[in-house]
Amino acid sequence: MDWHIMRIHCKQYQHKIIAQAAKTPKIFAPLRLCEEINMADEKKLFKVTIDNINIEVEAGTSILQAARSIGGDVVPPAMCYYSKLQGSGGKCRTCLVEVAAGSTADPRPMPKLVASCRTNVMDGMVVKSITSERVIDARNGVVEFLLINHPLDCPICDQAGECHLQDLSYEHGKEGTRYEFKRRTFEKHDLGPYIQLHMTRCILCYRCVFVADQLTEKRVHGILDRGEHSEIATYIEKALHHDFIGNVIDVCPVGALTDRTFRFKNRVWFLKPMEAHRDCSKCCGKVTLWNRGDEVYRVTARKNQWDEVEDWICNDCRFDKKRTGDWIIDGPTIVNRHSVISAGHYNSSTKAPKEFLPEVMGGRNPRLLMDIHTVSEVNQPEIHLSKIEGPATSDVFDETDKSI
Amino acid sequence: MSRKLLIDKVNIEGIRNYDAYRKNGGYASVEKAFKMAPNDVVEEVKKSGLRGRGGAGFPTGMKWSFLAKPEGVPRYLVCNADESEPGTFKDRYLMEFLPHLLIEGLIVSSYALGSGRTYIYIRGEYAWIVDILDQAIAEAKSNNWLGKNILGTGFDCEIYVQRGAGAYICGEETALLESLEGKRGNPRIKPPFPAVKGLWDCPTVVNNVETLAAIVPIINMGGEEYAKIGIGKSTGTKLLSACGNINKPGVYEIDMTISVEEFIYSDEYCGGIPNGKKLKACIPGGSSVPILPANLLLRTAKGETRMMTYESLADGGFATGSMMGSGGFIVLDEDQCVVRHTLTLARFYRHESCGQCSPCREGTGWMEKILKNIEYGNGKLTDIDLLWDIQRRIEGNTICPLGDAAAWPVAAAIRHFRDEFEWHVLNPDESQRRNYGLAHYADPLQTVSA
Repeated sequence: MDWHIMRIHCKQYQHKIIAQAAKTPKIFAPLRLCEEINMADEKKLFKVTIDNINIEVEAGTSILQAARSIGGDVVPPAMCYYSKLQGSGGKCRTCLVEVAAGSTADPRPMPKLVASCRTNVMDGMVVKSITSERVIDARNGVVEFLLINHPLDCPICDQAGECHLQDLSYEHGKEGTRYEFKRRTFEKHDLGPYIQLHMTRCILCYRCVFVADQLTEKRVHGILDRGEHSEIATYIEKALHHDFIGNVIDVCPVGALTDRTFRFKNRVWFLKPMEAHRDCSKCCGKVTLWNRGDEVYRVTARKNQWDEVEDWICNDCRFDKKRTGDWIIDGPTIVNRHSVISAGHYNSSTKAPKEFLPEVMGGRNPRLLMDIHTVSEVNQPEIHLSKIEGPATSDVFDETDKSI
Repeated sequence: MSRKLLIDKVNIEGIRNYDAYRKNGGYASVEKAFKMAPNDVVEEVKKSGLRGRGGAGFPTGMKWSFLAKPEGVPRYLVCNADESEPGTFKDRYLMEFLPHLLIEGLIVSSYALGSGRTYIYIRGEYAWIVDILDQAIAEAKSNNWLGKNILGTGFDCEIYVQRGAGAYICGEETALLESLEGKRGNPRIKPPFPAVKGLWDCPTVVNNVETLAAIVPIINMGGEEYAKIGIGKSTGTKLLSACGNINKPGVYEIDMTISVEEFIYSDEYCGGIPNGKKLKACIPGGSSVPILPANLLLRTAKGETRMMTYESLADGGFATGSMMGSGGFIVLDEDQCVVRHTLTLARFYRHESCGQCSPCREGTGWMEKILKNIEYGNGKLTDIDLLWDIQRRIEGNTICPLGDAAAWPVAAAIRHFRDEFEWHVLNPDESQRRNYGLAHYADPLQTVSA
């Protein structure tokens, strides 16, 4: 057999050879070793310290994601970053953190605060989030900047209760404003029959632009003008027509893009979220229904604790299927997100009811309570019920039994 | 008489055309460079100590050596001719009168970096210069300095001129690349840096016009020889565009050995301040660098003479120093109002902010409104502290340097001219009628009838 044929032969049976190699580790030991080393390379773990908490994360993780894996207060707020949208983040500057040491190899601190959503961790990196005064000051500044042109019309805004800007300003804002000028205003625009754009409330996070760009073809939706006057718009007031365009409502962190089928219908904190699904030919069909009584007020995608959707849903599910009968209810939605909306709802932090019985019994293990059916004659089918004289009494039991 | 390397031939008749340029030693550097290996050209630039002339002053040779060189991926050189900074017009002069110098520098640099397609991204308002450059490129091409197999070395290079659409932000290198790709000119978030992922995700070097033109004398005279000009790390010659209250505004080439005082008052350069007025303040490097009052401009806080070098101008940090920047030298005499001047700059940055990140988008507009109030006699004393607070929270917290550029002038104006701001607030009526005049640093305070 010459080499050429040999090579073809090898290619044909390559998978078999590999399978064989797996079965006979002794012969192919060097090969396996190489594979293992490669595996180790792929899953290289970096040690990172965030606010004095040590954690190991995979290479290529952003500081924000590393902080999220710790959870709690160290997680920087994110208004523009959305893990499902490629290229998002870096714009709102609320997630700024201080890098006190760049890496083990280069332990110099970074001179500027960095956007944690777009900065990847390095091995030995030391990050300060809430333990740095600079970070807190910068964050407060960003919140102030975001609020100076925001209308603060929460009482009439549909997003109130689940608004990220609201949460952020509760955490980092001041009670008063230092801005004494007229706020920037825009006209309201209807982007088609389902979505209304309220630019006055917009914080220009660009999430909806990324959704339109990445989920839809032939985007007509983007940013017009620049600076203070830049606005989200469709090119010359075009309506948005796409099966998945409704998702821009879900990604909007504020009340700039609202569901026209839900506008002014109800406050979100009066609604009970329920997970439901249906067979949908376009999307996964897994949604959250927001009910009050039997009525479905709105349908949104399911969201995780960072308020990011788990799966995009189509316009049919979102806007048209508004009867409970359209859906198969899976159960109550646990609102994990730390927000106004999680208050008074099914909260994951609710503890299981305390078991009082063991406490009362003081360590005793009475057979009376546990075994009454096995002791009782009722459970013995060979005895005819009419032969039983009456309910079991204490006489039936042996008083000398110490286990009682 | 100072040494001129870039604009020495500018007065030769017809130098804009190829024949005259070639006759006067043009394209000699290309011939010389093509006999060297590309890496040797980069080494030569490294030796010269040339620093980027666009504003940041980053060593060019180092920038070039950072360029990633993966196999099978094209590399690009982009010339940043989007010169939009108020007070800076040196690149315009260079491109308008010596277009072939830029083309020559571009060919050498393209060869050193291995860029087969080189772009000149030019400010949209420089419409007539596009024609000049296009003509120069056509002439170079017909003489086999561009195109396929240049001088028989097998190196191919094309130069394209792309006009911007009138945005200052597109002078920021990543916004420039976005704009060049046909997108909205929003700066990218770094890292990755353009040297790794630039134009169309390929490794890219973005250099200023003057930097690329300076490659020509570096190759002609050798890097070591070039490094001998100037003081310390400020090597070579620098173009300065002087404007404001001076007798002779214009573009000057200096070797970085003269003092600021000499530059303002000597007849060779600015020729002093007209009408016998006194110097009040100066912005030494284009609108985005901190303004300096006369007493700190001519001498540093330590009492040394301030020189026209990168280091000396930055001496004292931002507390008592400034920056070389892009070389837009703006002089203010005693009749100028610093508040009004700061308002003008704040308006410019509000107008030019891209609106991508929140501190810059909202902060620049807020600063302008407050400054407007102060300037027109509606200000409060707390407004000055508020301005300080706003600029502090913009600076360093934005994606690109435009946020810093918007914050620094305001910070420096308040730092050095706080009394003038306060005078505006306390004397709203009088401030509408006359200027504050010279501050305490140059003249006794009695002149101020506050």
